[in-house]
Amino acid sequence: MDEKILEVRNLSVSFHTYAGTSHAVRGVDFYLNKGETLAIVGESGCGKTVTSKAIMGLLPMEQTEIGGSEGAEILFNGEDLLKKSENEMTAIRGSKISMIFQDPMTSLNPTMRIGEQIAESILIHNEISKADALKKALEMLEMVKIPNAAQRLKQYPFEFSGGMRQRAMIAVALACRPEILIADEPTTALDVTIQAQIMDLIGELQKELNMAVILVTHDLGVVASVADRIQVMYAGKIVERGSVDEIFYQSTHPYTRALLSSVPKIHTNNKETLYSLKGTPPDLIHPPTGCAFAPRCEYGMRICRNKYPETVKFSETQECSCWLHHPKADHSGLPENMVRGNR
Amino acid sequence: MAEKQTLIEVRDLKKYFKVGKKQILKAVDGVNFKIYKGETLGLVGESGCGKTTCGKTVMGLYPATGGQVFFDGVDIHGLNKKEKKEFTRRAQIIFQDPYSSLNPRMTVADIIGEGIDIHGLYKGEERKEKILELLDLVGLNKEHSLRFPHEFSGGQRQRIGIARALAIEPEFIVCDEPISALDVSIQAQVVNLLIELQEKKNLTYLFIAHDLSMVKHISDRVGVMYLGNMVEFATSDVLYDRPLHPYTKALMSSIPIPDPKEEKQKRRIPLEGEIPSPINPKPGCRFAARCKYATEACTHETPGLREVEPEHFVACHRVEEIGE
Repeated sequence: MDEKILEVRNLSVSFHTYAGTSHAVRGVDFYLNKGETLAIVGESGCGKTVTSKAIMGLLPMEQTEIGGSEGAEILFNGEDLLKKSENEMTAIRGSKISMIFQDPMTSLNPTMRIGEQIAESILIHNEISKADALKKALEMLEMVKIPNAAQRLKQYPFEFSGGMRQRAMIAVALACRPEILIADEPTTALDVTIQAQIMDLIGELQKELNMAVILVTHDLGVVASVADRIQVMYAGKIVERGSVDEIFYQSTHPYTRALLSSVPKIHTNNKETLYSLKGTPPDLIHPPTGCAFAPRCEYGMRICRNKYPETVKFSETQECSCWLHHPKADHSGLPENMVRGNR
Repeated sequence: MAEKQTLIEVRDLKKYFKVGKKQILKAVDGVNFKIYKGETLGLVGESGCGKTTCGKTVMGLYPATGGQVFFDGVDIHGLNKKEKKEFTRRAQIIFQDPYSSLNPRMTVADIIGEGIDIHGLYKGEERKEKILELLDLVGLNKEHSLRFPHEFSGGQRQRIGIARALAIEPEFIVCDEPISALDVSIQAQVVNLLIELQEKKNLTYLFIAHDLSMVKHISDRVGVMYLGNMVEFATSDVLYDRPLHPYTKALMSSIPIPDPKEEKQKRRIPLEGEIPSPINPKPGCRFAARCKYATEACTHETPGLREVEPEHFVACHRVEEIGE
């Protein structure tokens, strides 16, 4: 049995906006095992970034409400992060759990030398001298394979290219050897060749430090190569989760299938019409009572719009929330391997 | 297509930018290609390779430093004001960022109608009808016509941008990363729309993007750019199945495949380092510094595009020796 390092229970996040309260995350439960890579996949606005920021305690407190009807919990090694004080969170953030962001230009401080930014996180979490921290920073830059690390240490972010900045940010995040790394779209802003370099680097460091990684992304190609498990989010809920193979070859939720078939494969014929989802995700200020995907779903039934489906478990890892898997549902017309197990 | 008619011919196109004393950024440095009527030419490459500058220079949005762009046989960089206006009626561009390319103070109807007014194509009732027709064509409805851009999602805005480009019934559209800012499911919608419109109206596209699998999907032929040079040029199937240039090989092999089994079997050709600066580039092959096959000769002499197989052009001195 794998050891769970993080467990999120019944997490809901709402934001108070001028237009009303937006229910960005609406009750998600998930876990993360030691050393594994969990990918959270979904379109913009589905709540994947909000979920990861909630774990880090990075949401603006004044406008945010975290919790659920039965109370939310984010258990890190058994301790609830939501009950921690700001000081306690500061001690965890950056040392036990770290995060890297999509845009390395806006996430690095433009007025600080790269070396000092890496040393900063070391100094906050360890009682060592600045000189030693800088020495460690140099080691980190070498670890993320930045050439001429000693010179680069004294440079500013603007002197770095996009790929190098992302490397520098990884160095900042990993300086204290965290147990969990949350990577929020780490390669979206980068070119494919650089993307491959960065994903390789994250993978190597993950093994070296035995970290668990939460990879937040919309790029299914990246997910296929690195993730152990995947969870698919839609409109603030997790609609399906499973191992990489289960999601790619035996997905049971229509949304997952739609997402997978809307990317062109290198082998599909050119100019063939791509599967495309009609419509757009719902407005989360007034979230629907039933399944949020129902209006866009080609298999939508009357019950889908009225009542949220229960979660059906197919295997140790795979679960899906969809009415199609109810014993009474009409399975005619569904793709062959979509319904399984629970008949 | 039995007989291919050339719509655009780009000859030795150069676009340099002065970025300081004796500092010249060679964004596009001697590029040649043709675009046939009714086809889609894809242009791929990493950021900074000059693909967008190339597209904008082809459109005449940048004056060319050297070379010519022939549109239906006429060099567009030598046009007078009146001829230029006529050219813009026949060629349009769709921009990458659907947020900054629409005027926030204009309604959708005015954004789409602006081109119609400038060229005096339709007036009054007819103009209104045309706008509604265009909205319908790109999958928006008529209630949308009086709204402002901020009321739309990214995908919808990109549709407005497409409707604007189509409003004056152009023959040629430069699509500059039209889907990069959009979500996967919305990307599919926009790409399907572009393909459908091409078939309906026999449009010609220059499709610029860094998403290699989308480019393959939409293009008939694809050119790969590296630091202002075209390094390989072929039909899209050939280019993706049998790339010959070492850079193209590395690029193709780093496309992530959305299939875990294939992804595990795939052999990736790693590419060390990053794209060098295009400011005062060194002579010789631009890729030589990162190429594992590079020899002495590669650093002296810039390789030109050669037809290695029918319709397959490669700019590499050693392509025959490297093989597949």
